[in-house]
Amino acid sequence: MSENSTNVVKEIERVATGIRLRVLAHTLSNNGGYMSQACSSAELLASLYAGILNFSPTGQPIDPPSFLGVPSIGTDFYQTGAQFHGEKGAEYDRLISSPAHYALVIYAALIETGRLREDGLEHFNRDGSTVEMIGAEHSPGFETTTGSLAQALSQAGGIALARKIRKEKGRTWVFMSDGEFQEGQTYEALQAAAFHGLSNLRVIVDVNKAQCDGPMDSVMSIEPLSQRIEAFGWEVSVVDGHDIPALLSAASRTTSTPHMILCYTDPVRGLPILAERAPVLHYLRFTSTEEHDRYEKAYQEMVK
Amino acid sequence: MSYEIVARPHQQNFIDWAKDKPEVLVLSADLTNSCEVGKWRDTYPERFFSMGMAEQNMMGMAAGLAREGFEPWLHTFSVFLYRRPLDQLQMSIAYPALKVRLVGFLPGIMTPGGVTHQAIEDIAILRSIPNMTVLEVGDATEAQSVLDVAHAVEGPVYIRMLRGEVSRIFPADEPFVLNKARILSVGTDITLITSGMATEEALRAIPLLQERGISISHLHVSTLKPFTDPQVVAALKSAKHGVITMENHSIIGGLGSAVAEVMAENAVGVPLQRIGLNDTYAHGASQKYLMAEYEMDAATLVKRVEKAIGRQLNIDESELQEQRSVSVHSSAKVEAL
Repeated sequence: MSENSTNVVKEIERVATGIRLRVLAHTLSNNGGYMSQACSSAELLASLYAGILNFSPTGQPIDPPSFLGVPSIGTDFYQTGAQFHGEKGAEYDRLISSPAHYALVIYAALIETGRLREDGLEHFNRDGSTVEMIGAEHSPGFETTTGSLAQALSQAGGIALARKIRKEKGRTWVFMSDGEFQEGQTYEALQAAAFHGLSNLRVIVDVNKAQCDGPMDSVMSIEPLSQRIEAFGWEVSVVDGHDIPALLSAASRTTSTPHMILCYTDPVRGLPILAERAPVLHYLRFTSTEEHDRYEKAYQEMVK
Repeated sequence: MSYEIVARPHQQNFIDWAKDKPEVLVLSADLTNSCEVGKWRDTYPERFFSMGMAEQNMMGMAAGLAREGFEPWLHTFSVFLYRRPLDQLQMSIAYPALKVRLVGFLPGIMTPGGVTHQAIEDIAILRSIPNMTVLEVGDATEAQSVLDVAHAVEGPVYIRMLRGEVSRIFPADEPFVLNKARILSVGTDITLITSGMATEEALRAIPLLQERGISISHLHVSTLKPFTDPQVVAALKSAKHGVITMENHSIIGGLGSAVAEVMAENAVGVPLQRIGLNDTYAHGASQKYLMAEYEMDAATLVKRVEKAIGRQLNIDESELQEQRSVSVHSSAKVEAL
């Protein structure tokens, strides 16, 4: 590995650690948070924001704006969380985040990569703020409204198609969660992207095998996932979602079809104490002061 | 009264109209010829995108294209634009107020395809969605001039469209105007408000009613949302004996309900009778048969007028203007359902 790529991996590791710490600190101070999503996707999102995506710089970290209002005809404002990804441009990449429940993790990634102000999380889930619990298109790092899951891939397909028509160089990336492969629309989107030859469309999936009701295998199995997606005409890379060089290598593949990276991940990675809550890991709310204190102790260990 | 019959009013008109609008794209869901855009596809193949029988994805793809500055015109049957993909229509298109045009064919009972093909509550559902504009064309002139109207709206537009052999009721040089009713007659006994194909049906009875001395204000409405036309309010206020609405839709949530809202808000204190599907699904049969079966025809209008004025008019059904019927196998609609 070259010195440059070693430095990139080190930076991604720093960002990933920062994501887990920020989400845990927030969960401790708010007695609740989407913790397992941070544990599973930290390296994945860190690799995207600090290694894979070709974004234009934002300059200074941005202060999250107050919520101005919903989009409506005749108003002269439109708020988009895409500003945290820098200026749009033909040569730049786009990132459409599909699982809006990962918002807290995405905000942490934006802070760690200098795009969102460090105190941005103080606005999280506060009335009148854009830093919403379930991100929408006005929330930092989001440009579509996809809290009703599995709608982003189709929208990103439309964006990728538009960019293909305009012969733009930039790629359109979609971050997805594995639960979204239970929705029928996902498969409609897969077939359409392959049919229309959207090789500029790249999807990266946090396959953490966990969903709201518990382990996915107990709710609705989606395996064999890579075979399913390949059968729809996509190129698929399967990687350990905590292996940063493997993530970067898969992301650098050029394909003549749409490409998907399935990142198999561990929903308690970096915070083993979370495994006590298995099988239901979707949302962490402490049940006792004693439990809160043990997580506090785990946090102190992590920052050492 | 006989009208000029226009064969496939949308087909060549949409090609000509889109010529100098490179941002206009067509997305289709396996009903391309049935929606009169087969020739459009062959004329502009680089702007036509087949999405297959997958309407949920089609909504999202349209949203993404619209976000990038294109103007997708989705063509399929009305029923497939809002039932299955309603969440996608709402969250991917309506919430962000994107310029997507949903062109829905065979609304209401105009299709013999039965309940699965009959959009009978589309206006009710789409009218309740924020940011939506809801239009319904009533003749060939409107089918052709609605394009400019929809194109100018800074948000999503749903069009209840007509296809095949379509009467030209309104002069070709009097185009569709957003939120502006057409005043077809002025009177003081009854105010009749009709939309879509119900207008042509109502016109079968109106000359007879007038001959019997009934003074009728007849308005044709082609914008269901917004529904703030002051001409409508004025016409409702002028009705001495009652208001009647007539639509190719459920009486719940469509034109009849929109008129009821305006009447209540403006304290118009006369009875309202709504002609349409009376909270029922329909089935596969001809339009003429279904209009009689579900009391949506000119004969029904006569009965409702009689009820409003409280006397019999002795109009025999044979006196009504002949109903124009189009053969199921008409050459103007060669495509299947």
